[in-house]
Amino acid sequence: MNYLEVEDLRVSYHTPEGEVPAVRGVGFGLAAGSKLGLAGESGCGKSTVALALLRLLPRSAGIRGRILLDGEDVLTMRWGRLRAVRWAGASIVFQGAMHSLNAVRRVGHQIAEPIRLHGSVPRDRVPQRVGELLDQVGLPGWRARSYPHELSGGQRQRVMIAMALACEPRLVIADEPTTALDVMIQAQILRLLDRLVGEHDISMLMISHDLSVLSGSCDRLAVMYAGRVVEEGPAHAVVTDARHPYAAALGSAFPTVGDPASRRAPHGLPGDPPDPADLPSGCAFRPRCAVVEDRCAAIDPVLWPVDSDSAGSAGRSAACVRVLDSAAPEDTGAPDGAETATTRVADPDTTLPTQESGAQY
Amino acid sequence: MTTHAGRSRSATPASAPAVDTPVLATQELRVTFAGRGGRAGAHAVDGVNLDLRTGEIVALVGESGCGKSTLARALLGLERPSAGRVVFEGEPLRYATRALRAYRRRVQLVLQDPTGALNPRHTVYDAVAEGLRIHEGHARDERERVAGALSRSGLRPPERFLLSYPHELSGGQRQRVVIAGALILDPEVIVADEPVASLDVSVRGEILRLLLRLRADPGLSALVVTHDLGLAWNIADRVAVMYLGRIVEVGPVEEVLTAPSHPYTQALLSVLPESGASSPVVLAGEPPDPTRVPGGCRFHARCQVLASGRAQGVADRCRGEDPGVLEGGTEARVACHWANAGD
Ligand SMILES: Nc1ncnc2c1ncn2[C@@H]1O[C@H](COP(=O)(O)OP(=O)(O)OP(=O)(O)O)[C@@H](O)[C@H]1O
Ligand SMILES: Nc1ncnc2c1ncn2[C@@H]1O[C@H](COP(=O)(O)OP(=O)(O)OP(=O)(O)O)[C@@H](O)[C@H]1O
Ligand code: SF4
Ligand SMILES: [Mg+2]
Ligand SMILES: [Mg+2]
Repeated sequence: MNYLEVEDLRVSYHTPEGEVPAVRGVGFGLAAGSKLGLAGESGCGKSTVALALLRLLPRSAGIRGRILLDGEDVLTMRWGRLRAVRWAGASIVFQGAMHSLNAVRRVGHQIAEPIRLHGSVPRDRVPQRVGELLDQVGLPGWRARSYPHELSGGQRQRVMIAMALACEPRLVIADEPTTALDVMIQAQILRLLDRLVGEHDISMLMISHDLSVLSGSCDRLAVMYAGRVVEEGPAHAVVTDARHPYAAALGSAFPTVGDPASRRAPHGLPGDPPDPADLPSGCAFRPRCAVVEDRCAAIDPVLWPVDSDSAGSAGRSAACVRVLDSAAPEDTGAPDGAETATTRVADPDTTLPTQESGAQY
Repeated sequence: MTTHAGRSRSATPASAPAVDTPVLATQELRVTFAGRGGRAGAHAVDGVNLDLRTGEIVALVGESGCGKSTLARALLGLERPSAGRVVFEGEPLRYATRALRAYRRRVQLVLQDPTGALNPRHTVYDAVAEGLRIHEGHARDERERVAGALSRSGLRPPERFLLSYPHELSGGQRQRVVIAGALILDPEVIVADEPVASLDVSVRGEILRLLLRLRADPGLSALVVTHDLGLAWNIADRVAVMYLGRIVEVGPVEEVLTAPSHPYTQALLSVLPESGASSPVVLAGEPPDPTRVPGGCRFHARCQVLASGRAQGVADRCRGEDPGVLEGGTEARVACHWANAGD
């Protein structure tokens, strides 16, 4: 059984200006010892998903769906139980976390606090454990005595990573963990996370807008657009051979140092980022899609298995009418049991391959 | 305003309209933070000469903790130099409150951490209008200018964001609010600390194209602090590579990023996924510590060239002689005994 199961997660923020449906039906599973990467455009709902998993969203957020953590539904869990889960079961590295350190306490104290409360390490050994953790994130032990303002942005970010790992959680949710870090430290932190996942059977959900970070360190990759997963599959396949036009654009746009074509020519996507409160009919990506067709205005595609005749497409799915076309009936069977992390794919027996547009909220 | 597809190459001229005096420069700049509890002070910026010319984009790259943000803050007068100075249009920067205020209307800083830069109780509108109000009072066209700045920064339609509070925005949206706040005063110089680090390709491309457009007209100058060498390749004219408080290599992007001379720059480039390097150089040794700058070349203990014996001829100098502070100007320079020995 997967350690984490998310089913049809929907989150809507209530604001004076109206509802903001930030997450519109996201599902995935994550086995112990595996890593799922979550990518997508700024504002597409990645952090909202991360916060929902531990019920850390503000009160203005309405949540629906199911989040099963080790078989228990997080959304219906009692408060006390939820607290226990947050301490020991799962931990999260928040986006922009460097800002959330307590300004008037030494960082060593802040790392030690959860370890003391957790009680898994004898009291007199806590300082040593703090030193180990700092070392793992590339900081010398004496940095424990520094205050946050004495650290650079990337150093603070690494303190937050050390804190998240302090109690050896079973699930780590890392929201843009390496965004502020240079390639060297990034490589070092990713290797550390890799080792932890491998040695301690930790599950990890890693969020980043940087596909190159995710492709190198995750088993599977889900790409979100406008509150939904639009493509999912083995990380390498999604990066190199994406089937959803948005995922393809995301993968192709990274500049290559030394390539004359990208010199002074930063790539991007045409058009405006989607407004969750005012999505177009049909496919949400339609106004910016390079291969849009007439029917895209009428059909709101759901995740659908990618034709397995072509090489490397096993266990992959994408939400695009062009994928619906090519899917052969036998492709739609149960997901491969060997998979470590899977995104829920529409069940062909009960779900039509299209949903009526605009009917989500 | 519309965004353009990234498929066609941008029409930006290939080289900047450089003039002779730099608009903004540092001369032998040092910033040292006093140590506490018997620890030595931290030499965060340890002698830097860096020139920024009109219409020029310079990328400042280097590993976490090497002093990039401290240098950026010193350029804005937010950190006082312990030695050396910051020079704006040929004049030393003056630190009197009024002088600084006038200066900051023309030179804008985009801070590294957008969450820390925004007041949680201010709406997006107030955050973006703040600079305008400080410098111009209540401008009649305030609303249009705020909306225009948001829209240029990729927050469209701007009405959707005007009354939002920072906690109602995603990380990347916050970052764009900070960028809009810097752009609204039409500054001549922008010092941007990791401006697009939390943005995905689509928004990133848009902001970078905006910087390129402003550079061409009206000749904006920008120092962009980044850990992303691809960003330097995308927009910068020159790149300066910083290591432990010093610039160790500087020069035109094409030169430094395709034929790096300093072993540290070589290592940085080798870990890029696309470098195709058969064996990426992941630097070993202690992470650099600005409270204990090594003697000789400050990189020698981690230098892969020295370790491999390729720098045999200069090894004594690597361990015993500081390669020194690089001069300013636009020429390519490198602070390395081995590279300068032409081998
Ligand atoms: N508290 C809130 N109230 C109203 N809207 C919100 C709130 N928090 C987030 N949103 C909106 O929900 C959408 C999704 O936000 P989220 O933070 O999940 O994006 P993200 O994918 O993490 O983006 P980024 O990569 O920029 O961090 C955004 O459009 C954002 O403006
Ligand atoms: N107020 C301070 N007191 C003491 N040391 C400081 C202070 N501010 C920064 N430092 C130290 O100075 C060095 C340079 O910090 P700086 O923030 O300039 O690094 P950076 O290059 O911007 O790094 P990053 O990429 O992680 O943001 C770091 O080692 C940091 O710990
Ligand atoms: S001076 Fe010597 S130690 Fe320093 S980078 Fe050059 S070769 Fe390496
Ligand atoms: Mg986010
Ligand atoms: Mg910094």
